Amino acid sequence: MTPQRSSRTRRIAGAALVVAALTATAACGGGSKDGDGGDGKAAGYNAGVKGIANPSAKKGGTLKFIGKQDFDSTDPQRQYYGFAWDLSRFYARQLVSYAPKPGAAGAELVPDLAKAKGVVSNGGKTYTYELRDDITWEDGSPITAQDIKYGIERLWATDVITGGPGYLRQVLDPKTTYKGPYKDKSAAGLKAIETPDAKTIVFNLASPNGDFEQMLAMPAGSPVKKEKDTAAKYQLKPFSSGPYKFESYTPKKSAVLVRNDKWQKSSDPIRAALPDKVTITVNSNIEAIDELLIKGEYDVDMNATGMSQAGRTKALKQHKDNVDNIETSFIRYVDIATKVKPFDDIECRKAVIYAADYQSMQKVRGGPDAGGDIATNMLPKSIKGSDGYDPYGILAREGKPDIAKAKAALKACGKPDGFSTNISARINNPGEVQTAEALQQSLQAVGIKAEVDTIDGAEAASITGSPAMVKKRGLGLIMTGWGPDFPTGQGFSQPLVDGRFIVPNGNFNVSETNDPKINKFFDDALKETDPAKAGEIYKEMNHAVADLAVQMPFIYEKNFTWRSSRVTNAYSTAAYNGRYDYVSLGVVK
Amino acid sequence: MTAPSHDTSVDTERSRTADVPSGSAGKPVEGRSLRQIAWSRLKRDKFALAGGVVVLFLVIVAVFAPVIVSLLGHPPDKFHQDEIDPLFGTPIGSFGGISSEHLLGVEPNNGRDVFSRIVYGARISLLVAFLAALVAVLFGTVLGIVAGYFGGWVDSVISRVMDMLLAFPQLLFIISLVSVLPNDLLGMTGSNVRIMILVGVIGFFGWPYVGRIVRGQTLSLREKEYVEAARSLGAGQRYVLFKELLPNLVAPITVYTTLMIPTNILTEAALSFLGAGVRPPTASWGQMLSTAVDTYESNPTFMIVPGVAIFITVLAFNLFGDGVRDALDPKGTR
Repeated sequence: MTPQRSSRTRRIAGAALVVAALTATAACGGGSKDGDGGDGKAAGYNAGVKGIANPSAKKGGTLKFIGKQDFDSTDPQRQYYGFAWDLSRFYARQLVSYAPKPGAAGAELVPDLAKAKGVVSNGGKTYTYELRDDITWEDGSPITAQDIKYGIERLWATDVITGGPGYLRQVLDPKTTYKGPYKDKSAAGLKAIETPDAKTIVFNLASPNGDFEQMLAMPAGSPVKKEKDTAAKYQLKPFSSGPYKFESYTPKKSAVLVRNDKWQKSSDPIRAALPDKVTITVNSNIEAIDELLIKGEYDVDMNATGMSQAGRTKALKQHKDNVDNIETSFIRYVDIATKVKPFDDIECRKAVIYAADYQSMQKVRGGPDAGGDIATNMLPKSIKGSDGYDPYGILAREGKPDIAKAKAALKACGKPDGFSTNISARINNPGEVQTAEALQQSLQAVGIKAEVDTIDGAEAASITGSPAMVKKRGLGLIMTGWGPDFPTGQGFSQPLVDGRFIVPNGNFNVSETNDPKINKFFDDALKETDPAKAGEIYKEMNHAVADLAVQMPFIYEKNFTWRSSRVTNAYSTAAYNGRYDYVSLGVVK
Repeated sequence: MTAPSHDTSVDTERSRTADVPSGSAGKPVEGRSLRQIAWSRLKRDKFALAGGVVVLFLVIVAVFAPVIVSLLGHPPDKFHQDEIDPLFGTPIGSFGGISSEHLLGVEPNNGRDVFSRIVYGARISLLVAFLAALVAVLFGTVLGIVAGYFGGWVDSVISRVMDMLLAFPQLLFIISLVSVLPNDLLGMTGSNVRIMILVGVIGFFGWPYVGRIVRGQTLSLREKEYVEAARSLGAGQRYVLFKELLPNLVAPITVYTTLMIPTNILTEAALSFLGAGVRPPTASWGQMLSTAVDTYESNPTFMIVPGVAIFITVLAFNLFGDGVRDALDPKGTR
């Protein structure tokens, strides 16, 4: 919610580049005893999407993750990568967390360390929780309300605890009067959180925010035991509150998690904790990762950003039963810059939407399976308030251009013969340049001459994230993608279309939409503590955005992911952007 | 190249005596110009000739690209998505979708005709390489002669600038330059801007290589008797520089230019590969290679075709350039 934050997904793109450059050693091998994945049988194509693949309650064995991208940090307060949030549930607990259920049901919040979800009072500004019994640290000491408060307080030490999301800071102390536990040694600490006793914790928000529990459910809301806090070094060995603890962690190489025998199953309704051991291996070569997965040497790609084109081809042709075609909460879309002429005129924006060949762009990205379904509006299906709103009749025309309407729109905006503009596309984002070329081709048919301007993904924040730069380079159309930090309308849409989020640098409201009506929808929705009612408001907000034609979504993204034949209990959850719910996974032996 | 009017040139004299066939005592010794001598040597070098023919062929292809494509291909930017299996992104036909319709297959994901894009890509490669070489030679020759002839502080300044430029990370510089410069420059738009930037920057960083050689040659030539003679007869500096020295520098400059062109082709390909080349959808070989990386395992054809195009072009220029060097300067060591 702080406008300066960078989106998880975008940071991954940048960081992946850096890692690719730095990680020269490919750490692989290790425990490859069985050639083709052991006794287990592959559960069938899309079994982990339709429901639970290989349901089982059998304990034991080693679950082996592999991935190109290492944790951004294992320190719960410093994590921002989506997959790291998913993995953190092995060793970090929060007051509330996501239900261990497949699909959209997985986005529901359930009590974790708390006995029940928060009791809301004071007009939505006060949240009170009572802690469960038998919740313990890895040394057997109880997890107290003070530990949770201390963990959250660390977020204010922004010079030491870097990288994590700023949502809790924004909501609890928007003026940042508190300086963090390392500088402020007073007994009271962060005044917005009260801990009357070891089992009770009270949050006082500056203003109501219906998504507050979503923010507590992020790893940023995890407890940290003060005596065990090693500040910046905490990420080398975080102290576990969950069913597993770190045996070893070598950044950019590997991690081994073993059972935390002090963790009590009775205190934790969420974590299945089936395997005895969880290993994490980092390998810089994405093709090699797919090879090793297909060979059965590893179980799951923890990054889950989709298999490489080569891996996908092999997997689908030879081992289709091990593949899931997951629907992510990611939307591929084009921002239409309203401050770049002629897109200050809504009719010119509509002309682009009518002239665009969605089908061609979808095919370039891999068609309905490898790419995803054609998008008609800017809320992913997993978010409350999403519907099939399609004001430009994209599905009715099967994604093909509507030349007549495009020409009519061009006439209405006073450019009957078309105009010139630029499309920006990130060169290191697979398929993005080719998608921009597809858009360019279809716009040409109505006389809109669009040049493709390729930019480096790492520079996106300073080019497309800077309204001045967008204007200077004349970037009328900016191709990009977006996934939510948490699955609500606020988490997905507010940074993109709330006019008060426009900032001079690192801007995500690239279209520079600033519509009082839309801004008010967000204010109203934030006051709503009932997710269903908030969803209704987000629905109206989403319709208003679509009517303004400031964004042109074209794909609800899908990925192909691999699950080994050994893996049990695999299901895709909306809570983690379509990834498997890692803490529920088991292995056959 | 005109033969130097001054027969005092040591180089020329030496080459003449060297080339007089020993068994031709009966015939009167006929004077031959350096050009004739070089040509007769070049003719004997089969590899160089083959390289020259390929170079000529490539130039013709580049110049007549629209005609060739209208006869044998499709518009280079036209999508043929029916030829592509969307799930895998690769061409449906085998060997990258090679058919009588698409002579070199189709591009993954969007199905553009590879043949047409290779032909149009030749335009970009050769245009950038030639123009950049021209820029480098112009700068290098002028500054090299000036540095070598005048010596002193002029030489020091120019030489240090050359050292500096040779140490400059040009690839990184161009990549950042491309992202900083606006899309419209001096009234040009789109790919023309990028071509101009590429030519300017590759040429700018290339001139010290020419400059150093020209400077070295000038240093030795300026002490020659014919230069002194011209000077003592009252010739001005400009006359000495451009009428006395320059004609004798043509050989090394020619050699260096022909050898610089393939380097420029490779630089252009590398920059396009990294996304700092011409803007899409303008076809370029380097950019095709970068697209091919995603599918090389299932669709190697698309990687092989532009790779071979670059390989043949660079090889042809190098063979030709080596031949030219041998012909002009047979004493030079390889």
